Amino acid sequence: MTSRQFFNRLLDLLIVLFGVSIIVFLIIRLIPGDAVAIMLGANTEITDVGLAELKARLGLDQPMIVQYWHWIGNAVTGDFGESIWTGRPVISEIAANMWPTIELTLLATLLGAGLSVPIGCFMAQTRGSASEVTVRMFAIAGLTIPSFWLGIVSIFLVAKFLPGTSMLGYVPFTEDPIENLQRMILPVIALALPMLANLSRLIRSAMLDALNQDYIRTAKAKGAGRRRIVYKHALRNALIPFITSVGVSTGYLLGGSIVIEQVFAIPGLGRLVLGAIAERNYPLVQATVLVMTTAFVLVNFIVDLLYAIIDPRIRTGAHGAAT
Amino acid sequence: MRFVRNNKLLSFAIVLVASQVLLALLAPWLGFQDPYNQVMVQRMKSPNTLNLLGTDHLGRDVLARIVHGYRTSLFSSGLAVAFSLLVGGTLGILSAYYRGWFDRIVMRLMDILFAFPIMLLAIAVIAIIGPSQWGAAIAIAIVYIPIFARLLRGPSLVICESEYVLSAKAIGAGDGRIVFLHILPNLASVILVQSSLLLSAAILVEASLSFLGLGAQPPVPSLGLALSEGRNFLLLSPWPAVFSGFAILFLSFGFNLLGDAVRDTLDPRLRSHNTIN
Repeated sequence: MTSRQFFNRLLDLLIVLFGVSIIVFLIIRLIPGDAVAIMLGANTEITDVGLAELKARLGLDQPMIVQYWHWIGNAVTGDFGESIWTGRPVISEIAANMWPTIELTLLATLLGAGLSVPIGCFMAQTRGSASEVTVRMFAIAGLTIPSFWLGIVSIFLVAKFLPGTSMLGYVPFTEDPIENLQRMILPVIALALPMLANLSRLIRSAMLDALNQDYIRTAKAKGAGRRRIVYKHALRNALIPFITSVGVSTGYLLGGSIVIEQVFAIPGLGRLVLGAIAERNYPLVQATVLVMTTAFVLVNFIVDLLYAIIDPRIRTGAHGAAT
Repeated sequence: MRFVRNNKLLSFAIVLVASQVLLALLAPWLGFQDPYNQVMVQRMKSPNTLNLLGTDHLGRDVLARIVHGYRTSLFSSGLAVAFSLLVGGTLGILSAYYRGWFDRIVMRLMDILFAFPIMLLAIAVIAIIGPSQWGAAIAIAIVYIPIFARLLRGPSLVICESEYVLSAKAIGAGDGRIVFLHILPNLASVILVQSSLLLSAAILVEASLSFLGLGAQPPVPSLGLALSEGRNFLLLSPWPAVFSGFAILFLSFGFNLLGDAVRDTLDPRLRSHNTIN
Protein backbone atom coordinates (compact mmCIF):
# COMPACT_ATOMS: atom_id res chain seq x y z
CA MET A 1 0.00 0.00 0.00
CA THR A 2 1.41 3.32 -0.97
CA SER A 3 1.40 6.08 1.61
CA ARG A 4 -1.13 7.90 -0.51
CA GLN A 5 -3.53 4.97 -0.37
CA PHE A 6 -2.94 4.76 3.36
CA PHE A 7 -3.84 8.41 3.89
CA ASN A 8 -6.95 8.06 1.74
CA ARG A 9 -8.10 5.17 3.89
CA LEU A 10 -7.31 7.16 7.00
CA LEU A 11 -9.37 10.07 5.70
CA ASP A 12 -12.29 7.73 4.95
CA LEU A 13 -11.99 6.37 8.46
CA LEU A 14 -12.11 9.83 10.01
CA ILE A 15 -15.13 10.87 7.92
CA VAL A 16 -17.03 7.74 8.92
CA LEU A 17 -16.16 8.19 12.58
CA PHE A 18 -17.24 11.83 12.40
CA GLY A 19 -20.60 10.80 10.90
CA VAL A 20 -21.04 8.06 13.48
CA SER A 21 -20.37 10.53 16.28
CA ILE A 22 -23.01 12.92 14.91
CA ILE A 23 -25.63 10.16 14.78
CA VAL A 24 -24.79 9.03 18.31
CA PHE A 25 -24.84 12.65 19.49
CA LEU A 26 -28.33 13.04 18.02
CA ILE A 27 -29.78 10.00 19.86
CA ILE A 28 -30.62 11.98 22.97
CA ARG A 29 -31.91 14.94 20.94
CA LEU A 30 -34.20 12.91 18.69
CA ILE A 31 -36.24 11.44 21.52
CA PRO A 32 -39.78 12.72 21.08
CA GLY A 33 -40.79 15.02 23.89
CA ASP A 34 -38.41 16.30 26.51
CA ALA A 35 -35.66 13.70 26.92
CA VAL A 36 -34.63 15.24 30.20
CA ALA A 37 -38.13 14.98 31.64
CA ILE A 38 -38.27 11.35 30.49
CA MET A 39 -34.95 10.65 32.16
CA LEU A 40 -36.04 12.25 35.40
CA GLY A 41 -39.50 10.74 35.21
CA ALA A 42 -38.16 7.21 35.32
CA ASN A 43 -37.03 7.52 38.92
CA THR A 44 -38.07 10.74 40.63
CA GLU A 45 -40.74 13.34 40.59
CA ILE A 46 -40.19 16.11 38.10
CA THR A 47 -39.56 19.57 39.41
CA ASP A 48 -38.70 22.59 37.30
CA VAL A 49 -35.52 23.10 39.30
CA GLY A 50 -34.45 19.49 38.84
CA LEU A 51 -35.22 19.72 35.15
CA ALA A 52 -33.16 22.86 34.64
CA GLU A 53 -30.35 21.45 36.73
CA LEU A 54 -30.10 18.22 34.75
CA LYS A 55 -30.38 20.14 31.50
CA ALA A 56 -27.49 22.33 32.49
CA ARG A 57 -25.49 19.32 33.65
CA LEU A 58 -26.00 17.65 30.27
CA GLY A 59 -25.32 20.95 28.50
CA LEU A 60 -28.70 20.74 26.76
CA ASP A 61 -29.39 24.44 27.35
CA GLN A 62 -26.75 25.49 24.83
CA PRO A 63 -26.87 25.72 21.01
CA MET A 64 -26.49 22.39 19.17
CA ILE A 65 -23.07 23.07 17.68
CA VAL A 66 -21.66 24.12 21.04
CA GLN A 67 -23.20 21.00 22.57
CA TYR A 68 -21.63 18.75 19.94
CA TRP A 69 -18.26 20.44 20.25
CA HIS A 70 -18.22 19.93 24.01
CA TRP A 71 -19.48 16.40 23.80
CA ILE A 72 -17.06 15.19 21.14
CA GLY A 73 -14.15 17.10 22.68
CA ASN A 74 -14.75 15.33 25.97
CA ALA A 75 -15.49 12.00 24.30
CA VAL A 76 -12.13 11.77 22.55
CA THR A 77 -10.41 12.15 25.90
CA GLY A 78 -12.62 9.39 27.30
CA ASP A 79 -14.85 11.73 29.29
CA PHE A 80 -18.48 10.82 28.69
CA GLY A 81 -19.76 12.56 31.78
CA GLU A 82 -21.29 10.89 34.78
CA SER A 83 -23.92 8.23 34.85
CA ILE A 84 -27.16 9.93 35.83
CA TRP A 85 -28.18 7.50 38.52
CA THR A 86 -24.99 6.10 39.99
CA GLY A 87 -22.95 9.29 39.65
CA ARG A 88 -19.94 7.21 38.54
CA PRO A 89 -18.09 8.35 35.42
CA VAL A 90 -19.66 6.69 32.37
CA ILE A 91 -16.24 5.66 31.11
CA SER A 92 -15.54 3.59 34.22
CA GLU A 93 -18.88 1.82 33.83
CA ILE A 94 -17.84 0.94 30.31
CA ALA A 95 -14.37 -0.13 31.43
CA ALA A 96 -15.89 -2.36 34.09
CA ASN A 97 -18.19 -4.09 31.60
CA MET A 98 -15.82 -4.21 28.67
CA TRP A 99 -13.79 -7.36 29.34
CA PRO A 100 -16.55 -9.97 29.21
CA THR A 101 -17.65 -8.64 25.80
CA ILE A 102 -14.09 -8.53 24.48
CA GLU A 103 -13.40 -12.05 25.69
CA LEU A 104 -16.69 -13.36 24.25
CA THR A 105 -16.10 -11.75 20.86
CA LEU A 106 -12.47 -12.80 20.70
CA LEU A 107 -13.11 -16.43 21.62
CA ALA A 108 -16.05 -16.65 19.22
CA THR A 109 -13.89 -15.22 16.41
CA LEU A 110 -11.13 -17.72 17.19
CA LEU A 111 -13.58 -20.62 17.22
CA GLY A 112 -15.64 -19.53 14.21
CA ALA A 113 -12.79 -18.40 11.99
CA GLY A 114 -10.37 -21.09 13.17
CA LEU A 115 -12.66 -24.04 12.53
CA SER A 116 -14.05 -22.66 9.29
CA VAL A 117 -10.72 -22.98 7.44
CA PRO A 118 -10.27 -26.75 7.83
CA ILE A 119 -14.02 -27.36 7.40
CA GLY A 120 -14.20 -25.19 4.29
CA CYS A 121 -11.12 -26.84 2.78
CA PHE A 122 -12.55 -30.25 3.51
CA MET A 123 -15.85 -29.31 1.89
CA ALA A 124 -14.08 -27.94 -1.19
CA GLN A 125 -12.13 -31.15 -1.68
CA THR A 126 -15.04 -33.52 -1.20
CA ARG A 127 -17.49 -31.88 -3.45
CA GLY A 128 -20.07 -33.92 -5.24
CA SER A 129 -23.72 -33.60 -6.01
CA ALA A 130 -25.01 -35.13 -2.79
CA SER A 131 -22.61 -33.33 -0.50
CA GLU A 132 -23.27 -30.02 -2.21
CA VAL A 133 -26.92 -29.97 -1.20
CA THR A 134 -26.08 -31.16 2.31
CA VAL A 135 -23.41 -28.49 2.70
CA ARG A 136 -25.81 -25.84 1.55
CA MET A 137 -28.58 -27.00 3.90
CA PHE A 138 -26.24 -27.06 6.87
CA ALA A 139 -24.80 -23.67 6.03
CA ILE A 140 -28.24 -22.09 5.74
CA ALA A 141 -29.41 -23.79 8.92
CA GLY A 142 -26.31 -22.49 10.70
CA LEU A 143 -27.05 -18.99 9.46
CA THR A 144 -30.71 -18.99 10.37
CA ILE A 145 -30.65 -20.76 13.72
CA PRO A 146 -31.38 -18.10 16.37
CA SER A 147 -28.22 -18.06 18.48
CA PHE A 148 -30.08 -17.05 21.63
CA TRP A 149 -32.37 -20.03 21.21
CA LEU A 150 -29.34 -22.27 20.84
CA GLY A 151 -28.05 -20.74 24.08
CA ILE A 152 -31.32 -21.35 25.92
CA VAL A 153 -31.61 -24.94 24.71
CA SER A 154 -27.99 -25.65 25.67
CA ILE A 155 -28.60 -24.23 29.17
CA PHE A 156 -31.62 -26.50 29.47
CA LEU A 157 -29.75 -29.59 28.32
CA VAL A 158 -26.79 -28.99 30.63
CA ALA A 159 -29.08 -28.26 33.58
CA LYS A 160 -31.00 -31.44 32.89
CA PHE A 161 -28.14 -33.85 32.24
CA LEU A 162 -25.22 -32.29 34.13
CA PRO A 163 -26.96 -30.77 37.12
CA GLY A 164 -24.78 -28.58 39.31
CA THR A 165 -22.62 -27.28 36.44
CA SER A 166 -22.21 -23.53 36.71
CA MET A 167 -22.73 -21.93 33.31
CA LEU A 168 -24.34 -18.56 33.96
CA GLY A 169 -22.62 -15.33 34.95
CA TYR A 170 -19.01 -14.33 34.54
CA VAL A 171 -15.85 -14.98 36.51
CA PRO A 172 -12.86 -12.80 35.52
CA PHE A 173 -10.04 -14.77 33.88
CA THR A 174 -7.52 -13.31 36.32
CA GLU A 175 -9.54 -14.64 39.25
CA ASP A 176 -10.12 -18.19 38.13
CA PRO A 177 -9.08 -19.07 34.56
CA ILE A 178 -10.71 -22.52 34.56
CA GLU A 179 -14.02 -21.31 35.93
CA ASN A 180 -13.88 -18.41 33.46
CA LEU A 181 -13.40 -20.67 30.45
CA GLN A 182 -15.94 -23.21 31.66
CA ARG A 183 -18.63 -20.53 31.78
CA MET A 184 -17.57 -19.18 28.39
CA ILE A 185 -17.99 -22.50 26.54
CA LEU A 186 -21.74 -22.38 25.87
CA PRO A 187 -22.05 -18.66 25.04
CA VAL A 188 -19.04 -18.80 22.73
CA ILE A 189 -20.42 -21.80 20.83
CA ALA A 190 -23.84 -20.19 20.50
CA LEU A 191 -22.30 -16.97 19.23
CA ALA A 192 -19.78 -18.60 16.89
CA LEU A 193 -22.05 -21.06 15.09
CA PRO A 194 -23.62 -18.68 12.53
CA MET A 195 -20.18 -17.21 11.86
CA LEU A 196 -18.74 -20.69 11.42
CA ALA A 197 -21.48 -21.61 8.95
CA ASN A 198 -20.98 -18.41 6.99
CA LEU A 199 -17.19 -18.57 6.88
CA SER A 200 -16.87 -22.28 6.05
CA ARG A 201 -19.15 -21.78 3.12
CA LEU A 202 -17.14 -18.78 2.01
CA ILE A 203 -13.84 -20.67 2.31
CA ARG A 204 -15.35 -23.55 0.35
CA SER A 205 -16.45 -21.41 -2.59
CA ALA A 206 -13.26 -19.31 -2.55
CA MET A 207 -11.19 -22.52 -2.55
CA LEU A 208 -13.19 -23.93 -5.46
CA ASP A 209 -12.60 -20.68 -7.34
CA ALA A 210 -8.91 -20.68 -6.53
CA LEU A 211 -8.44 -24.33 -7.46
CA ASN A 212 -9.76 -23.54 -10.96
CA GLN A 213 -7.16 -20.87 -11.63
CA ASP A 214 -4.26 -21.12 -14.05
CA TYR A 215 -1.59 -20.89 -11.36
CA ILE A 216 -2.93 -24.10 -9.82
CA ARG A 217 -2.53 -25.86 -13.14
CA THR A 218 0.99 -24.49 -13.39
CA ALA A 219 1.77 -25.68 -9.87
CA LYS A 220 0.42 -29.11 -10.74
CA ALA A 221 2.44 -29.19 -13.95
CA LYS A 222 5.55 -28.38 -11.98
CA GLY A 223 4.83 -31.42 -9.88
CA ALA A 224 3.82 -29.74 -6.64
CA GLY A 225 2.15 -32.08 -4.18
CA ARG A 226 -1.57 -31.97 -3.49
CA ARG A 227 -1.05 -30.70 0.04
CA ARG A 228 1.24 -27.93 -1.15
CA ILE A 229 -1.20 -26.90 -3.87
CA VAL A 230 -4.18 -26.77 -1.52
CA TYR A 231 -2.57 -25.06 1.43
CA LYS A 232 0.15 -22.94 -0.12
CA HIS A 233 -1.37 -21.80 -3.41
CA ALA A 234 -5.15 -22.06 -3.19
CA LEU A 235 -5.70 -21.26 0.48
CA ARG A 236 -3.57 -18.16 0.40
CA ASN A 237 -5.77 -16.70 -2.32
CA ALA A 238 -8.95 -17.90 -0.67
CA LEU A 239 -7.94 -16.09 2.50
CA ILE A 240 -8.42 -12.66 0.95
CA PRO A 241 -12.24 -12.62 0.90
CA PHE A 242 -12.12 -14.61 4.13
CA ILE A 243 -10.32 -11.87 6.05
CA THR A 244 -12.80 -9.17 5.02
CA SER A 245 -15.62 -11.43 6.16
CA VAL A 246 -13.97 -11.98 9.52
CA GLY A 247 -13.74 -8.20 9.90
CA VAL A 248 -17.37 -7.70 8.97
CA SER A 249 -18.34 -10.54 11.31
CA THR A 250 -17.06 -8.60 14.32
CA GLY A 251 -20.09 -6.37 13.84
CA TYR A 252 -22.34 -9.39 13.92
CA LEU A 253 -20.52 -10.73 16.99
CA LEU A 254 -20.76 -7.44 18.88
CA GLY A 255 -24.48 -7.28 18.11
CA GLY A 256 -24.97 -10.97 18.84
CA SER A 257 -23.13 -10.65 22.14
CA ILE A 258 -25.79 -8.19 23.33
CA VAL A 259 -28.36 -10.98 23.08
CA ILE A 260 -26.07 -13.79 24.26
CA GLU A 261 -24.97 -11.79 27.33
CA GLN A 262 -28.63 -11.46 28.23
CA VAL A 263 -29.18 -15.22 27.89
CA PHE A 264 -26.15 -16.21 29.97
CA ALA A 265 -26.31 -13.31 32.45
CA ILE A 266 -22.85 -12.06 31.45
CA PRO A 267 -22.18 -8.51 32.68
CA GLY A 268 -20.80 -7.09 29.42
CA LEU A 269 -21.41 -4.04 27.26
CA GLY A 270 -24.63 -5.53 25.89
CA ARG A 271 -26.16 -5.81 29.34
CA LEU A 272 -24.87 -2.33 30.10
CA VAL A 273 -26.58 -0.76 27.10
CA LEU A 274 -29.84 -2.67 27.66
CA GLY A 275 -29.87 -1.67 31.32
CA ALA A 276 -29.15 1.91 30.34
CA ILE A 277 -32.10 1.91 27.91
CA ALA A 278 -34.39 0.42 30.55
CA GLU A 279 -33.51 3.14 33.07
CA ARG A 280 -33.36 5.84 30.38
CA ASN A 281 -29.77 6.65 31.13
CA TYR A 282 -29.17 8.14 27.68
CA PRO A 283 -25.61 9.42 28.16
CA LEU A 284 -24.61 5.85 29.00
CA VAL A 285 -26.50 4.54 25.93
CA GLN A 286 -24.66 7.07 23.75
CA ALA A 287 -21.25 6.26 25.18
CA THR A 288 -21.70 2.49 24.84
CA VAL A 289 -22.98 2.72 21.27
CA LEU A 290 -20.11 5.04 20.35
CA VAL A 291 -17.45 2.83 21.91
CA MET A 292 -18.76 -0.39 20.35
CA THR A 293 -19.18 1.16 16.90
CA THR A 294 -15.75 2.76 16.99
CA ALA A 295 -14.26 -0.61 17.91
CA PHE A 296 -16.04 -2.20 14.94
CA VAL A 297 -14.90 0.52 12.53
CA LEU A 298 -11.30 0.28 13.76
CA VAL A 299 -11.27 -3.52 13.41
CA ASN A 300 -12.32 -3.16 9.80
CA PHE A 301 -9.72 -0.48 9.20
CA ILE A 302 -7.04 -2.81 10.50
CA VAL A 303 -8.43 -5.63 8.35
CA ASP A 304 -8.09 -3.32 5.36
CA LEU A 305 -4.44 -2.76 6.21
CA LEU A 306 -3.90 -6.50 6.73
CA TYR A 307 -4.93 -7.03 3.13
CA ALA A 308 -1.86 -5.28 1.95
CA ILE A 309 0.31 -7.74 3.86
CA ILE A 310 -1.46 -10.81 2.48
CA ASP A 311 -1.98 -9.54 -1.03
CA PRO A 312 1.18 -8.05 -2.57
CA ARG A 313 -0.88 -6.80 -5.54
CA ILE A 314 -2.45 -4.22 -3.23
CA ARG A 315 0.81 -3.40 -1.47
CA THR A 316 2.51 -2.46 -4.69
CA GLY A 317 -0.61 -1.04 -6.27
CA ALA A 318 -0.01 -3.32 -9.25
CA HIS A 319 -3.64 -4.30 -9.66
CA GLY A 320 -5.07 -0.88 -9.05
CA ALA A 321 -6.62 -0.14 -5.71
CA ALA A 322 -8.71 -3.15 -4.85
CA THR A 323 -11.09 -2.07 -2.17
CA MET B 1 -29.35 -32.25 -14.19
CA ARG B 2 -28.40 -29.21 -12.20
CA PHE B 3 -31.47 -27.37 -13.42
CA VAL B 4 -33.74 -30.15 -12.19
CA ARG B 5 -31.98 -30.36 -8.86
CA ASN B 6 -32.16 -26.63 -8.37
CA ASN B 7 -35.81 -26.66 -9.20
CA LYS B 8 -36.40 -29.37 -6.64
CA LEU B 9 -34.70 -27.17 -4.12
CA LEU B 10 -36.69 -24.20 -5.34
CA SER B 11 -40.01 -26.00 -5.08
CA PHE B 12 -39.12 -27.20 -1.60
CA ALA B 13 -38.28 -23.62 -0.59
CA ILE B 14 -41.50 -22.28 -2.10
CA VAL B 15 -43.59 -24.87 -0.26
CA LEU B 16 -41.79 -24.14 3.00
CA VAL B 17 -42.27 -20.36 2.70
CA ALA B 18 -45.78 -20.42 1.25
CA SER B 19 -47.14 -22.78 3.91
CA GLN B 20 -45.81 -20.60 6.72
CA VAL B 21 -46.92 -17.33 5.15
CA LEU B 22 -50.40 -18.70 4.43
CA LEU B 23 -50.64 -20.03 7.97
CA ALA B 24 -49.81 -16.54 9.25
CA LEU B 25 -52.18 -14.73 6.89
CA LEU B 26 -55.13 -17.05 7.49
CA ALA B 27 -54.47 -17.73 11.18
CA PRO B 28 -57.67 -16.08 12.54
CA TRP B 29 -59.87 -18.16 10.24
CA LEU B 30 -58.25 -21.57 10.59
CA GLY B 31 -59.91 -22.52 13.85
CA PHE B 32 -56.90 -22.16 16.14
CA GLN B 33 -57.57 -21.39 19.78
CA ASP B 34 -57.59 -17.83 21.03
CA PRO B 35 -53.91 -16.96 21.56
CA TYR B 36 -54.82 -14.58 24.40
CA ASN B 37 -57.05 -17.01 26.29
CA GLN B 38 -55.50 -17.95 29.63
CA VAL B 39 -56.60 -21.21 31.23
CA MET B 40 -54.90 -21.19 34.61
CA VAL B 41 -55.63 -24.83 35.42
CA GLN B 42 -54.00 -25.85 32.13
CA ARG B 43 -50.63 -24.17 32.70
CA MET B 44 -47.38 -25.61 31.30
CA LYS B 45 -48.94 -28.74 29.83
CA SER B 46 -46.88 -30.96 27.56
CA PRO B 47 -48.23 -31.54 24.05
CA ASN B 48 -51.58 -33.35 24.20
CA THR B 49 -54.67 -33.84 22.07
CA LEU B 50 -56.27 -30.57 23.23
CA ASN B 51 -53.13 -28.47 22.90
CA LEU B 52 -51.05 -30.00 20.13
CA LEU B 53 -47.88 -28.15 21.19
CA GLY B 54 -48.78 -27.83 24.88
CA THR B 55 -49.51 -24.67 26.84
CA ASP B 56 -47.34 -21.86 28.22
CA HIS B 57 -46.90 -20.51 31.76
CA LEU B 58 -50.25 -18.70 31.56
CA GLY B 59 -52.13 -21.68 30.15
CA ARG B 60 -52.30 -20.28 26.62
CA ASP B 61 -52.20 -22.63 23.64
CA VAL B 62 -48.63 -22.69 22.29
CA LEU B 63 -49.69 -23.61 18.75
CA ALA B 64 -52.05 -20.64 18.55
CA ARG B 65 -49.37 -18.35 20.03
CA ILE B 66 -46.86 -19.55 17.43
CA VAL B 67 -49.18 -19.16 14.44
CA HIS B 68 -50.15 -15.67 15.57
CA GLY B 69 -46.49 -15.05 16.41
CA TYR B 70 -45.76 -15.66 12.72
CA ARG B 71 -48.10 -12.77 11.97
CA THR B 72 -46.25 -10.44 14.35
CA SER B 73 -42.88 -11.52 13.04
CA LEU B 74 -43.80 -11.24 9.36
CA PHE B 75 -45.52 -7.91 9.98
CA SER B 76 -42.44 -6.26 11.48
CA SER B 77 -39.82 -7.85 9.26
CA GLY B 78 -41.88 -7.63 6.07
CA LEU B 79 -42.70 -3.98 6.64
CA ALA B 80 -39.05 -3.27 7.42
CA VAL B 81 -37.75 -4.97 4.27
CA ALA B 82 -40.38 -3.30 2.06
CA PHE B 83 -39.62 0.15 3.44
CA SER B 84 -35.84 -0.22 3.28
CA LEU B 85 -36.08 -1.62 -0.24
CA LEU B 86 -38.12 1.39 -1.29
CA VAL B 87 -35.86 4.01 0.32
CA GLY B 88 -32.47 2.27 0.08
CA GLY B 89 -33.15 0.85 -3.36
CA THR B 90 -34.22 4.25 -4.71
CA LEU B 91 -31.10 5.88 -3.28
CA GLY B 92 -28.89 3.16 -4.76
CA ILE B 93 -30.44 3.38 -8.24
CA LEU B 94 -30.41 7.17 -8.32
CA SER B 95 -26.80 7.25 -7.11
CA ALA B 96 -25.79 4.99 -9.97
CA TYR B 97 -27.88 6.96 -12.45
CA TYR B 98 -26.83 10.50 -11.54
CA ARG B 99 -23.30 9.75 -10.27
CA GLY B 100 -21.28 12.83 -9.35
CA TRP B 101 -21.82 14.69 -6.12
CA PHE B 102 -25.22 13.13 -5.46
CA ASP B 103 -23.67 9.66 -5.56
CA ARG B 104 -20.76 10.70 -3.38
CA ILE B 105 -22.92 12.27 -0.69
CA VAL B 106 -25.51 9.48 -0.59
CA MET B 107 -22.91 6.75 -0.48
CA ARG B 108 -20.96 8.51 2.25
CA LEU B 109 -24.13 8.69 4.33
CA MET B 110 -24.72 5.01 3.67
CA ASP B 111 -21.12 4.22 4.71
CA ILE B 112 -21.78 5.97 8.00
CA LEU B 113 -25.00 4.05 8.71
CA PHE B 114 -23.25 0.88 7.60
CA ALA B 115 -20.49 1.47 10.14
CA PHE B 116 -22.78 0.52 13.03
CA PRO B 117 -23.14 -3.13 14.03
CA ILE B 118 -26.70 -3.99 12.93
CA MET B 119 -28.15 -5.01 16.28
CA LEU B 120 -26.56 -2.04 18.00
CA LEU B 121 -28.03 0.49 15.55
CA ALA B 122 -31.43 -1.18 15.79
CA ILE B 123 -31.26 -0.97 19.59
CA ALA B 124 -30.19 2.68 19.44
CA VAL B 125 -33.13 3.49 17.15
CA ILE B 126 -35.52 1.75 19.54
CA ALA B 127 -34.00 3.69 22.43
CA ILE B 128 -35.23 6.78 20.58
CA ILE B 129 -38.67 5.72 19.39
CA GLY B 130 -39.58 3.26 22.12
CA PRO B 131 -40.19 -0.50 22.05
CA SER B 132 -43.14 -1.87 20.06
CA GLN B 133 -43.87 -3.91 16.93
CA TRP B 134 -43.69 -0.69 14.94
CA GLY B 135 -40.50 0.35 16.70
CA ALA B 136 -38.85 -2.92 15.70
CA ALA B 137 -40.06 -2.50 12.11
CA ILE B 138 -38.70 1.06 11.86
CA ALA B 139 -35.41 0.11 13.50
CA ILE B 140 -34.82 -2.80 11.11
CA ALA B 141 -35.86 -0.64 8.15
CA ILE B 142 -33.29 2.03 9.02
CA VAL B 143 -30.58 -0.57 9.48
CA TYR B 144 -31.34 -2.16 6.10
CA ILE B 145 -31.48 1.06 4.06
CA PRO B 146 -27.70 1.23 3.48
CA ILE B 147 -27.59 -2.48 2.70
CA PHE B 148 -30.19 -2.18 -0.07
CA ALA B 149 -28.60 1.02 -1.37
CA ARG B 150 -25.25 -0.75 -1.76
CA LEU B 151 -26.74 -3.94 -3.15
CA LEU B 152 -28.65 -2.13 -5.90
CA ARG B 153 -26.08 0.54 -6.74
CA GLY B 154 -23.54 -1.96 -8.10
CA PRO B 155 -25.78 -3.69 -10.65
CA SER B 156 -27.41 -0.33 -11.53
CA LEU B 157 -24.00 1.09 -12.43
CA VAL B 158 -23.48 -1.78 -14.87
CA ILE B 159 -26.93 -1.30 -16.38
CA CYS B 160 -26.44 2.47 -16.72
CA GLU B 161 -23.34 1.80 -18.79
CA SER B 162 -25.14 -0.66 -21.05
CA GLU B 163 -25.84 0.12 -24.68
CA TYR B 164 -29.60 0.01 -24.36
CA VAL B 165 -29.59 2.70 -21.67
CA LEU B 166 -27.15 4.79 -23.69
CA SER B 167 -29.33 4.48 -26.78
CA ALA B 168 -32.46 5.29 -24.77
CA LYS B 169 -30.69 8.44 -23.62
CA ALA B 170 -29.60 9.17 -27.18
CA ILE B 171 -33.16 9.15 -28.49
CA GLY B 172 -34.12 11.52 -25.71
CA ALA B 173 -35.90 9.31 -23.18
CA GLY B 174 -36.52 11.08 -19.88
CA ASP B 175 -34.92 10.09 -16.58
CA GLY B 176 -38.12 8.58 -15.23
CA ARG B 177 -38.69 6.49 -18.33
CA ILE B 178 -35.12 5.14 -18.26
CA VAL B 179 -35.23 4.33 -14.55
CA PHE B 180 -38.63 2.64 -14.59
CA LEU B 181 -38.58 0.99 -18.02
CA HIS B 182 -34.94 0.11 -18.50
CA ILE B 183 -33.13 -0.07 -15.19
CA LEU B 184 -35.77 -1.39 -12.79
CA PRO B 185 -36.86 -4.45 -14.82
CA ASN B 186 -33.25 -5.53 -15.11
CA LEU B 187 -32.84 -5.34 -11.37
CA ALA B 188 -35.85 -7.57 -10.71
CA SER B 189 -33.89 -10.75 -10.04
CA VAL B 190 -31.40 -9.03 -7.73
CA ILE B 191 -34.27 -7.41 -5.83
CA LEU B 192 -36.17 -10.68 -5.52
CA VAL B 193 -33.16 -12.62 -4.28
CA GLN B 194 -31.85 -10.01 -1.87
CA SER B 195 -35.28 -9.22 -0.42
CA SER B 196 -35.77 -12.86 0.38
CA LEU B 197 -32.32 -13.20 1.97
CA LEU B 198 -32.70 -9.99 3.95
CA LEU B 199 -36.18 -10.96 5.08
CA SER B 200 -34.66 -14.14 6.45
CA ALA B 201 -32.14 -12.07 8.41
CA ALA B 202 -34.79 -9.52 9.45
CA ILE B 203 -36.87 -12.29 10.99
CA LEU B 204 -33.91 -13.16 13.22
CA VAL B 205 -33.28 -9.51 14.15
CA GLU B 206 -36.96 -9.04 14.98
CA ALA B 207 -36.90 -12.18 17.12
CA SER B 208 -33.78 -10.96 18.92
CA LEU B 209 -35.30 -7.55 19.55
CA SER B 210 -38.52 -8.94 20.97
CA PHE B 211 -36.50 -11.44 22.98
CA LEU B 212 -34.73 -8.46 24.56
CA GLY B 213 -38.09 -6.80 25.27
CA LEU B 214 -37.48 -4.17 22.58
CA GLY B 215 -40.02 -5.41 20.04
CA ALA B 216 -43.61 -6.59 20.44
CA GLN B 217 -44.84 -6.13 24.01
CA PRO B 218 -46.84 -8.64 26.06
CA PRO B 219 -49.47 -9.96 25.67
CA VAL B 220 -49.00 -9.77 21.87
CA PRO B 221 -48.09 -13.23 20.56
CA SER B 222 -44.47 -13.00 19.45
CA LEU B 223 -41.91 -15.72 18.80
CA GLY B 224 -39.01 -13.85 20.39
CA LEU B 225 -41.10 -12.87 23.40
CA ALA B 226 -42.26 -16.48 23.83
CA LEU B 227 -38.60 -17.52 24.04
CA SER B 228 -37.76 -14.99 26.71
CA GLU B 229 -40.86 -15.89 28.75
CA GLY B 230 -40.37 -19.60 28.21
CA ARG B 231 -36.78 -19.49 29.36
CA ASN B 232 -37.86 -18.73 32.93
CA PHE B 233 -39.79 -21.99 33.09
CA LEU B 234 -37.40 -24.20 31.14
CA LEU B 235 -37.02 -26.97 33.67
CA LEU B 236 -40.75 -27.07 34.38
CA SER B 237 -41.83 -27.01 30.76
CA PRO B 238 -39.38 -26.54 27.90
CA TRP B 239 -42.05 -26.78 25.18
CA PRO B 240 -42.97 -23.12 24.58
CA ALA B 241 -39.29 -22.14 24.24
CA VAL B 242 -38.39 -25.17 22.13
CA PHE B 243 -41.29 -24.84 19.68
CA SER B 244 -41.00 -21.05 19.34
CA GLY B 245 -37.33 -21.46 18.52
CA PHE B 246 -38.12 -24.02 15.85
CA ALA B 247 -40.76 -21.66 14.44
CA ILE B 248 -38.21 -18.83 14.10
CA LEU B 249 -35.71 -21.24 12.57
CA PHE B 250 -38.17 -22.62 9.98
CA LEU B 251 -39.40 -19.18 8.99
CA SER B 252 -35.93 -17.70 8.59
CA PHE B 253 -34.60 -20.89 6.97
CA GLY B 254 -37.42 -20.90 4.42
CA PHE B 255 -36.74 -17.38 3.17
CA ASN B 256 -33.00 -17.91 3.09
CA LEU B 257 -33.34 -21.12 1.09
CA LEU B 258 -35.84 -19.42 -1.21
CA GLY B 259 -33.45 -16.54 -1.94
CA ASP B 260 -30.62 -18.97 -2.53
CA ALA B 261 -32.62 -21.24 -4.83
CA VAL B 262 -34.08 -18.34 -6.82
CA ARG B 263 -30.60 -16.95 -7.35
CA ASP B 264 -29.37 -20.27 -8.71
CA THR B 265 -32.33 -20.68 -10.98
CA LEU B 266 -32.43 -17.17 -12.39
CA ASP B 267 -28.76 -16.58 -12.74
CA PRO B 268 -26.13 -19.14 -11.77
CA ARG B 269 -23.44 -16.54 -12.36
CA LEU B 270 -24.67 -14.54 -9.40
CA ARG B 271 -23.84 -17.47 -7.22
CA SER B 272 -21.87 -16.32 -4.28
CA HIS B 273 -22.12 -17.03 -0.64
CA ASN B 274 -24.77 -15.67 1.63
CA THR B 275 -23.92 -12.97 4.06
CA ILE B 276 -25.21 -12.14 7.45
CA ASN B 277 -24.41 -9.67 10.05
